[in-house]
Amino acid sequence: MGRLSLFPPQASTTAAEVDALYVFVIGVSVIMTVLIFFCVFLFAVKYRRRDPGERPKPIHGSIPLEIAWSVIPFAIMLVMFAWGTELYYKNYTPPANTYDVYVTGKQWMWKIQHPDGQREINELHVPTGRPVKLTLASEDAIHSFYVPAFRIKHDVVPGQYETLWFQATIPGRYHIFCAEYCGTGHASMGGWVTVMDPASFENWLAGGSSGLSSMKDRGEVLFAQYGCATCHAQDGSGRGPSLRNVFGHPVQLEDGRVITADEAFMRESILNPPAKVVAGYKRDTMPVFQGQISEENLLQLIVYIKSLSETEAAPAAKGAAK
Amino acid sequence: MSTTFEPARTEQQSNYLNVDYGWKSWLFTTDHKRIALLYLFSITFFFLIGGAFAVGMRLNLVSPNGLFQADTYNKLFTMHGIIMVFFFLVPSIPAVLGNFLIPIMIGARDLAFPRINLLSWYIYILGGAFAITAALKGGVDTGWTFYAPFSTTYSNTHVILTAIGVFVAGFSSILTGLNFIVTIHKMRAPGMTWGRLPLFVWGHYATSIIQVLGTPVIAITLVLLGLERILHAGIFDPNDGGDPILFQHLFWFYSHPAVYIMILPGMAVISEVVACFSRKSVFGYGFIAFSSIAIAVLGFLVWGHHLFVAGQSMYASTVFSLLSFMVAVPSAIKIFNWTATMYRGSISFETPMLYAFGFIGLFTIGGLTGLVLATMALDVHLTDTYFVIAHFHYVMVGGMVMAYMGGLHFWFPKITGRMYPEGWAKFAALVIFVGFNLTFFPQFLLGYLGMPRRYHAYAPEFQVLNVMSSAGASILGVGYLLPMIYLAWAWRKGPVAPQNPWNAKGLEWEQSPTPPPTYNFDEPPVVTEPAYNYAEEEAADG
Amino acid sequence: MADSDVIRMESASAGQVRHHFDTADQQFDSSTLGMWVFLLTEVMFFGGMFGSYTVYRNMYPEAFASTSHFMNVTMGGINTAVLICSSLTMVLAVHSAQIGSKKLLILFLILTLILGCVFLGIKYVEYHEKWVDHHIPGPGFRYEDAQYAHQAQILFFLYFAMTGMHALHMIVGAGLLTTLIVMALRNRFSASWYTPVEMIGLYWHFVDIVWIFLFPLLYLIGHTK
Repeated sequence: MGRLSLFPPQASTTAAEVDALYVFVIGVSVIMTVLIFFCVFLFAVKYRRRDPGERPKPIHGSIPLEIAWSVIPFAIMLVMFAWGTELYYKNYTPPANTYDVYVTGKQWMWKIQHPDGQREINELHVPTGRPVKLTLASEDAIHSFYVPAFRIKHDVVPGQYETLWFQATIPGRYHIFCAEYCGTGHASMGGWVTVMDPASFENWLAGGSSGLSSMKDRGEVLFAQYGCATCHAQDGSGRGPSLRNVFGHPVQLEDGRVITADEAFMRESILNPPAKVVAGYKRDTMPVFQGQISEENLLQLIVYIKSLSETEAAPAAKGAAK
Repeated sequence: MSTTFEPARTEQQSNYLNVDYGWKSWLFTTDHKRIALLYLFSITFFFLIGGAFAVGMRLNLVSPNGLFQADTYNKLFTMHGIIMVFFFLVPSIPAVLGNFLIPIMIGARDLAFPRINLLSWYIYILGGAFAITAALKGGVDTGWTFYAPFSTTYSNTHVILTAIGVFVAGFSSILTGLNFIVTIHKMRAPGMTWGRLPLFVWGHYATSIIQVLGTPVIAITLVLLGLERILHAGIFDPNDGGDPILFQHLFWFYSHPAVYIMILPGMAVISEVVACFSRKSVFGYGFIAFSSIAIAVLGFLVWGHHLFVAGQSMYASTVFSLLSFMVAVPSAIKIFNWTATMYRGSISFETPMLYAFGFIGLFTIGGLTGLVLATMALDVHLTDTYFVIAHFHYVMVGGMVMAYMGGLHFWFPKITGRMYPEGWAKFAALVIFVGFNLTFFPQFLLGYLGMPRRYHAYAPEFQVLNVMSSAGASILGVGYLLPMIYLAWAWRKGPVAPQNPWNAKGLEWEQSPTPPPTYNFDEPPVVTEPAYNYAEEEAADG
Repeated sequence: MADSDVIRMESASAGQVRHHFDTADQQFDSSTLGMWVFLLTEVMFFGGMFGSYTVYRNMYPEAFASTSHFMNVTMGGINTAVLICSSLTMVLAVHSAQIGSKKLLILFLILTLILGCVFLGIKYVEYHEKWVDHHIPGPGFRYEDAQYAHQAQILFFLYFAMTGMHALHMIVGAGLLTTLIVMALRNRFSASWYTPVEMIGLYWHFVDIVWIFLFPLLYLIGHTK
C-alpha cells in the first residue's frame, strides 16, 4: 500500500514506449490546461468589476486568432494521432516466431494452454526476451484480457479469435485483469502472469510436461474422434480438401475470393463450413460443428491443423507425399 | 447584488406561477414554463436516486474486498449509470432550462407544439416508472451499456424492463428535440435573425439535431436486444451466427453522440453566463455557434473509438481515431472563445460565474484527457479502466452538472421571482468544486495504474486512491444537498428578485417580466440589436 | 397543390390558429416541419434495422438468398401494389380536402383505410404461413436447409422485426385514418384548414416507402439470377 506510484511496473518491451507517449500527451495537456487557467485567472483578477456602471468596449472576435487556435492545436493533435497509431499497429501486430499460448475466457476464469500441453488457470508463465502471442477465445460473454504491466489489452469476443502479443522484460508477477464487464465474478476474473528468465521457464515447462500430451497431439486425437480424418485425408483423396500445407497459405474460395487460411478461417470452417467453401468442393458435404466442440478443443484442433503446415520444412514428416 | 434601474417589483403581478394553483393546472398545463418545472422536480428526483446509487458504490469501494456482495455492486453501478445518463443528464438542461427559456429567448409565446411538450414529460415519467420498477424488483446488472451477449443470454436480472424504460424515455427526448427544432425555425420574433440568436439557443439547436437523429437508433437497438433476449434467435449471439460487436456499433452510434446531447446544452449555458458576468459581447459568436453544429455533425462519426480493443478492423480504428481528434477542435474553440470573452471585460463573481469558471477548468481537463483516449496506443491500456470513468465524469459532472447548477442559479430569479442566498450559494459552489476534484482526480491515477472499471473488489495497492475518492464523494454529496435546501428555501422566503438582477442582455431579461406571465411578454417583442450587446451599441455597429 | 398557398392565405381569419402562433401560415409551416423532422427520426429508427440487415447480408449472402424461397413473393407483390394504390388514394384524399369536398375526402380516406387493412390482412396470412412452417425465430425455429439454419434464423428475425415494425406503423396509420374520418364527418376540415390530413398523408407515404425498400430486400434477394 505505502508507495504511491503513478505508473504500473514496466515489464514489457512496449510498456516504456506507451509511457513515453502518455507523458507526451499528458505534457501537452498540462501545458494547455495551465495556459487556459492562467489566462482565466489573470483576466478574472485584472478585469474584475471595479465600478458597477462599467461598460467595457466590445471585442467581437478575430479571424486570425480563431484560425490560430484551431489549426495549431489540431497540428499538435496530429502528432499524437500519428504517434499513437504507429504504436498501436506495432503493439497489435505480432512478429514472426512467437511462443504461442492459447487463452480461453469463461465466466469467471482464464484457462490457458501451452503448446506442449501444460494447462493453467488464472496463471500464465512466460519467458523474458521472447515474443509471446496469445490467441484469445471466449466461451460465453465478452471478456477482456488485460495486463497493465505490459500495457496491453484486448477484448475476448465469443465467436472469434483475437490475438495479443508482448515481450516480457523483467521477471516477476504481474496482474491479469478482466477488463470487460462479464457478470457477477467480473472482479475476481483475474490472475497473475509469472515472467521468468528463459532458463527457469524451460525448467518450468519441463517440470510440468511429463506425461502430458501436447496440444497438437490432443488435436490429432480429436481429429480422428470427430471423424475429420475420414474426409480430410492427407493425400487429398477424401471428399474434403487435404489440410496439409493449408494453414498460412492462400486459399481460393468458390466465389472467386482468395483468402489466407488463418485461425479465424479454420474456426469458421469447422463450426460453420458453408460460410466459406474452398473452390472445387461441395457446399453441403461437411456437417456443422457449431455448438459441438468446446473452445479449448477447437484450439487444440487448430494447433494440430497448423502443425500439418509446419511439416513442409521438415522433410522427414510422416504421411504420404503430395 | 447589482444595481437595477427598474422599480422594485411587487408580488401581486400576474405570472405563470400564480395564475392558477390547482393540481390540474400543473398536470394538464401546456405552458412550457410549467412543464419545465415539472421536469425540474422529476429530474431532481432521479438525480437523488442516481446519487444514492453512487453513494452505495463509493461506500463499497472503501475496502479492497468490497463491503457489499458482487451482485449488489454490479446492480448499483448499472442503475447509477442508467438513471444518471438517461433520466438525468440527457433531459437536464434541455428539458428544464431549454424548455423554460428557448421560447422567451426567441420572443415566442410558447414552443411550437405545447401539447407534445406535455406529452414528452408524461412519456419521460412513464419511462422512469419502468426503470424504477426494474430497480425495485431487484435491479439490473448489465452495466448501462447493455453489452450483448451478456445482456441477452447470461444476465438473469430485469434487463427487458429496464430497456423498455430507456426506450420509452428516448421518445421523450426525441419529442423535445423535435419541438425545439421547429420552434427555433418557425417561432422567432421579428428581427430575431439566426445571427442574433443567443448562443444558448444555438447550442440547443445542435443538441436537438442529435436527439432527433440519434435517439431512434438506440430505440431500435434496444428493441432488437429485448427480442433477442426473449427469442434467442442469435442476432447478437455468435453461437447462432450473430455478431456481438454489431450491438456495440449500434449502441455507440447513439451513445457517443448522446454525450454531446449532454454537454452541448452545458456549453450553451456557459456562453450566456460568461458574457453576462464579463459584461461583454461573446468573443467569436459565429465560431461558437458554428462549433456547436460541427460537434453535432462530427459527433456522429466517432463512435468507433469505443471499439479500439474490441476487434474492430485496425483501419477503421485509425479513421475513428483521427475523427475523434477532429471533434476536439470545436470544443477547444469554445474554451478559447470564452476565455477571450473575459479579456478586457468587467468581471464579477456571482455564483453562476463561479460555476462557469468551474466548468471551463474541469471541462478543459475532461476534454484533454479525451485526447489521451483518442490516442489509440494509450486507449489500449486505458479503456475500461478508471481513467475512462474519470474522463467521463470530468466532462459530465465537472462540465455538464456544473453548467446546470450555474444555469439554475443564473435563471433562478427569472423562474421563481426570488433571489437565492448568494453567500450560501458561493459556499456550495466551492464545496462542489473541491469535492468533485477529490472524487475524480484520483481515478485518473487509478486508471493509469490499471484498475479496471466495474470491479466490486480490487487489488490492495489501489486502496489509498479509492479511499480518497470515496472521501471526496462524501464532500460532493454535501455540496449537492446544500443548493437543494437553500434554493427550496429561497423559492418561498427569498427576497423578491428585481426584473433583471444581473443587468443581463437578452429578451428573457429585458422584455419579459420576471417571473414571466403565461404568454411570456406583455407586448410582442421586436429585436433590433445583436445578442450580447452589453456595450449598448447601435445595431448598425455590429 | 400549387393553389394550396392561396387557400392558406385566405385562412388567416379562419379561427383555427392556436394561441401561440401569429398566423395560420406559421402554424401550418410549423406542423409541416415538425412532421418532416419526425419522419427523419423514423428513417433513423428503421435505419438501425436496415444497417443490421446490410451487415448480416454481407456476412451470409447465400443463407439470406436461400430464405427467399420461403417468402411468398406473390403476396408480397400484391401488398406492394396495394400500398402504392393506398398512397394514390391518400394523395386524392389530400386533394379533396384542398378543394373542400367533404364527400370525396371521406371516400378516399375510407378507401385508403380499406387498402391499409387489406395489406395487414395479407400480412397476417403471410405471418401465419411462417408460423405453420416453423419460421418464427426462437426455440421452435426449423429450417429446411440445415446448413443455413442459424443464419436463416437471423434473416427471419430481421424479417419479423422489420415487417413487424412496419406493420405496427400501418396499424398506427389506420388508427390515424379512422380519426381523420371521424373528424371529417364532424365537419372539422375545410378548404382553409386540413393540416392533419396533409400531415397524416406524409406519414402514410413514408410508411409506404419503407415497404418499397423492404419488399426487394426481404422477398427478392434470391431471385437475382
